[in-house]
Amino acid sequence: MTRINVRVDGVTYTDEVEPRTLLVHYLREQLGKTGTVVGCDTSNCGACTVHLDGRSVKSCNVLALQADGHEVTTIEGLATDGRLHPMQQAFHECHALQCGYCTPGMIMQAIDVLNENPKPSEQEIREGLEGNLCRCTGYHNIVKAVQQVAGTGEGERA
Amino acid sequence: MIPVQFDYAAPTTLQEALGVLAEAGEDAKVIAGGQSLLPILRMRLNAPEKVVDLGRIEELRGITDEGSHLVIGAMTTYADVLASSAVRDHAALLVEAVKTVADPQIRHRGTVGGALVHADPAGDVGAPALALGAEFVITGPGGERTVPADEFFRDLFETAVGEGELLTRIRVPKHTGWGAHYEKFVRVAHQWSIVAVGATVRVDGGSIAEARVGLTNMGSTPLRATAVEQALVGRPATEEAVREACAAAAEGTDPPSDLNGSADYRRHLATVLTRRAVLAAAGA
Ligand SMILES: Cc1cc2nc3c(=O)[nH]c(=O)nc-3n(C[C@H](O)[C@H](O)[C@H](O)COP(=O)(O)OP(=O)(O)OC[C@H]3O[C@@H](n4cnc5c(N)ncnc54)[C@H](O)[C@@H]3O)c2cc1C
Ligand code: FES
Ligand code: FES
Repeated sequence: MTRINVRVDGVTYTDEVEPRTLLVHYLREQLGKTGTVVGCDTSNCGACTVHLDGRSVKSCNVLALQADGHEVTTIEGLATDGRLHPMQQAFHECHALQCGYCTPGMIMQAIDVLNENPKPSEQEIREGLEGNLCRCTGYHNIVKAVQQVAGTGEGERA
Repeated sequence: MIPVQFDYAAPTTLQEALGVLAEAGEDAKVIAGGQSLLPILRMRLNAPEKVVDLGRIEELRGITDEGSHLVIGAMTTYADVLASSAVRDHAALLVEAVKTVADPQIRHRGTVGGALVHADPAGDVGAPALALGAEFVITGPGGERTVPADEFFRDLFETAVGEGELLTRIRVPKHTGWGAHYEKFVRVAHQWSIVAVGATVRVDGGSIAEARVGLTNMGSTPLRATAVEQALVGRPATEEAVREACAAAAEGTDPPSDLNGSADYRRHLATVLTRRAVLAAAGA
């Protein structure tokens, strides 16, 4: 076992982990943050996406130990005072989910896309979400939700 | 799945890392961004006893300008490369290739050094590094040595980096003002290259003065299309002239046959993609 110090969703944790523990398993099983999900075994699906020091990563492909001393934000850390984050709100309003399995990762990556480029084109949004798979929506409403937050949706262009 | 149990070390200096590696011998495995290694460990295709994390060694990360060369630390991430104006100005081909790697999440973690040492023949940074004539600085217990690109890639997943050694940085000769394009052929988004071609050219007065062309997934290592490079020199940057010069792109290659395409199909792709890459690089 090795000791780690990580700040997750604004709270500092000190924990003992096995070196082989993946960040996603640490979040879900040791911290009980089951909002972040596992959707594949190959690091392709993006369902497990969280932010590590403000940049999106696939938490199934990072060791918990690699997050030692760093800051993690999960889908559970987005809402403030019971109010949804604008991206969560937009997913809700645009009907950007069906089964919802991809949604935590999709939202975390969508936020990263806008952090990098606040006014992306539709193509740039689609490319930015390339590492997140959705088996239900066909992506259309997901792209719409991101455009709504960016203020670049239909009828919103000046 | 999760990896088999291992011990973990996170040295903070290069010297310390080399010491840990020397002590652990063949039972140790280095982890950089982990974007190739962790999937391998999770699938239990490998089970090292010790994992040595390079992530806390500051001296291995970053891009510096050394006049005639750019020096890129092994732990420099794909995202760092994309954010670097120096790389865009002096080694644009690298930027064009890195843009096509995987997805943003993986580009935030994956490193240039990890990708080069992993040496997947379908990986997208090897051919550009080769085409740009990069030099690879390898450090081991006995000190440092520099290996030219054409001696670095040995075979499938095999490079000049030996046991107990680390790739510490690559030195990329500046190609300032050269146009560049990486033409990656895939069938679906988020796929590894079926074939890809990186081209960088210097255009002078409407004709190609110098050209470098690297091929991805056309053999067990990245390859350089030297016959095409020579044939391009002095030609006008027009479709017709470039098409003729690129006809030889598959010469001397040994592409794989797999579910994505036969070797013959890949040879055909190589000529088409080389033409597209060269024309785009020449701004034609
Ligand atoms: C879903 C997915 C899609 C991908 N798609 C692509 C793609 O389209 N194109 C592409 O090119 N790649 C792709 N990759 C691979 C990705 O580019 C990897 O990040 C990269 O190949 C490895 O870099 P890393 O820093 O993560 O290395 P790691 O995974 O940490 O290490 C890779 C290997 O190199 C060794 N190593 C690492 N650094 C050093 C060093 N400095 N000295 C000595 N040995 C070292 C390690 O021991 C290990 O054997 C993909 C990966 C995934 C998971
Ligand atoms: S669970 Fe991490 S990418 Fe699928
Ligand atoms: S809503 Fe079902 S996978 Fe995206």
